[in-house]
Amino acid sequence: MKKQWPIWEVFIRSKNGLEHRHVGSLHAADATMAMENARDVYTRRSEGVSIWVVESKHIVASNPSESGELFEPAKDKVYRHPTFYNLPDELKHM
Amino acid sequence: MQNIAALEQEFESKIERGISIEPKDWMPEKYRKTHIRQISQHAHSEIVGMLPEGNWITRAPSLRRKVALLAKVQDEAGHGLYLYSAAETLGISRDELFEQLHSGKAKYSSIFNYPTLSWADMGAIGWLVDGAAIINQVMLTRTSYGPYARAMVRICKEESFHQRQGYEIMLTLSKGTPEQKQMAQDSLNRWWWPSLMMFGPTDAESTHTAQSMKWKIKLKTNDELRQQFVDITVPQAEILGLTIPDPDLKWNEEREQYDFGAIDWEEFWQVVKGHGPCNKERIAARKNAFEGGAWVREAAIAHAEKKAARTELKKAV
Repeated sequence: MKKQWPIWEVFIRSKNGLEHRHVGSLHAADATMAMENARDVYTRRSEGVSIWVVESKHIVASNPSESGELFEPAKDKVYRHPTFYNLPDELKHM
Repeated sequence: MQNIAALEQEFESKIERGISIEPKDWMPEKYRKTHIRQISQHAHSEIVGMLPEGNWITRAPSLRRKVALLAKVQDEAGHGLYLYSAAETLGISRDELFEQLHSGKAKYSSIFNYPTLSWADMGAIGWLVDGAAIINQVMLTRTSYGPYARAMVRICKEESFHQRQGYEIMLTLSKGTPEQKQMAQDSLNRWWWPSLMMFGPTDAESTHTAQSMKWKIKLKTNDELRQQFVDITVPQAEILGLTIPDPDLKWNEEREQYDFGAIDWEEFWQVVKGHGPCNKERIAARKNAFEGGAWVREAAIAHAEKKAARTELKKAV
């Protein structure tokens, strides 16, 4: 099989003040083309003011089978949430 | 290492609880295969679907109609790309997907194997074909595979203009001269039944429905979606003053739905099997585009590699 254009992930900031969000992916031979394609594929209706493209192979993703080790330790740490603390109702501005 | 039974149980429980399945999650092989089949078929439909409309871009009757049709066809290219990307998250390459289309292994919606004979067909396709697609796609925004559902949300947002531009074409023609109205009627006559066929075989005949419902790939059956389409579309035809070509079509007080006539499934299967009016032409156009564009894709890679090598060299100096 012939060599294929690599896959790029596309992130778009919809307006200033908001973060870039992942919107999808596309194929492109290089970064310039990835940017042009991202504009055509993902912002045909003014969906963004800024685009990031990154070749998919550079993304390191967590493995779902390790979700337990990664995320469960946070579950029993309820004291990290404000509602853990018992305070009187008449207390204001806190 | 968990065993398969435990993984399967966890998967089924996620589906049960309405938790989306994401690309790296474990999934049964059949779920993966079913999705590759369905998402790629959907992607191919978007891409092949550009052809019947592309036929009329240069002959649009006004600049307004032309820019709208161009934008619609461009959206379809975009929708195909969202869907190919979603299919690729399941571990199949873009080239393999194209290969399956070109060899006939993968199907696309059989409606695109009908010819577009008059300008009115641009109206009927937008109104009926996109209308039918929207009903299916709205359901799929809640499908269980995350990347597919997200692609559908994006597509649904963009698609409603497609249907409205089509209906506006029909409206203009049906309020025009008697010849123009006749053109709209003729187009409705040709596209009505193929549009009903878009929802696929009846529930009794559909081989995939039961499993797809269980895995929440589909949330409604083919017949339910078809009925929904008929009920929505009949009043729209009345506004146009056009007649739906079905003598058996009538409101059923008891069911509060329309009864409609029998679909010619013989025709449906003929078209699916490749014997529709335009099957050969459509596939030939796709293959031609793919093969004719091969040198461009190769040149772009060569250019990117050369540029990268040059950058490396500069760094080294």
